[in-house]
Amino acid sequence: MNEEWPLFEVFIRSRSGLEHKHVGSLHAADARMAIEHARDVYTRRQEGVSIWVMRSADIIASDPGEAEALFEPARDKVYRHPTFYVIPDEVKNL
Amino acid sequence: MSSAERHAAESERELQAARCRYVLRLGDTALVLGQRLGEWVGHAPALEEDLGLANLALDLVGQARLLLTYAGELEGRGRDEDDLAFLRDAPEFMNLALAEQPNGDFAVTIVRQWLIDTWQLQVYRALAASTDTRLAAIAAKALKETLYHHRFSSGWLARLGDGTAESHERAQRALEELWRFTAEFFAPDEVDERVHAAGIAPELPGLAAPWSAQVDADLAAATLRRPAVASYSWHGKRGVHTEHLGHLLAAMQHLQRTYPGLRW
Repeated sequence: MNEEWPLFEVFIRSRSGLEHKHVGSLHAADARMAIEHARDVYTRRQEGVSIWVMRSADIIASDPGEAEALFEPARDKVYRHPTFYVIPDEVKNL
Repeated sequence: MSSAERHAAESERELQAARCRYVLRLGDTALVLGQRLGEWVGHAPALEEDLGLANLALDLVGQARLLLTYAGELEGRGRDEDDLAFLRDAPEFMNLALAEQPNGDFAVTIVRQWLIDTWQLQVYRALAASTDTRLAAIAAKALKETLYHHRFSSGWLARLGDGTAESHERAQRALEELWRFTAEFFAPDEVDERVHAAGIAPELPGLAAPWSAQVDADLAAATLRRPAVASYSWHGKRGVHTEHLGHLLAAMQHLQRTYPGLRW
């Protein structure tokens, strides 16, 4: 077999209530194997309680060449940051 | 001591010896299979698979440590898990003969793993209700690990059996080659009968039907044929082994045999 197994992206939820976070990628022949590999590679030290995997090929990514057009226009719009408000002392977690 | 008391004490001694032997068999099967899987490290078909097999091996060695420690205590001769693992010769090992069979190609490794997983599932499940609370606790822990092992091995069995013409052929060949060792799974001897009578272990022939059902379901999913009944029963658990165990032990025990008492 010369053909490499397809690439999968792995997302792990570290505790109930938290979101799944991207932790890395791995090769697997199918979805079931991808979950097993993710379990063996990324949760050996109790890092997670839930695993998502998806084919890397299914991710639609922004084009780095378009970075200027996509992200630069936000640069001078400081008024979008909520830094002009006075935060009351009682509010702890804003 | 009256003759009745003497008789009771003798019977109790016999039960302890049988209990020790039974625990040793479980521990040796886990240890030898773990050692075999460890041989794949650095050689598996993919890096991820390398880790996967090593994880199974570590689970099995962990089970072996708990079981051999307990067996050493039951034996009462001051031998700990390391003494039992590294300082016994092949005829003193009580593992199922299937566990010591060489890795072969990946299909042989998977079929061997799957056959023992399906057997351990039945045994550990039943032992979780043992009157021996120590053994029940070990079995309950091992069962969780074994459920995953079976998920892994039955997944691969289906992938190989229902994969390409070559992978199907190799999986079927591995099955034909290893099936003869399964007769030992459910053939009880006086040790099995003694611990069953005491409520310590399940009745072995009683596990054959649920095992068979599981095996047939997995084989159907893998589009593989169940081989004919094995006529000869191996006696690995009585210390009668194939020629492969000695070589495995030579590799596993080399360091302790060469430098007795060496510690990491």
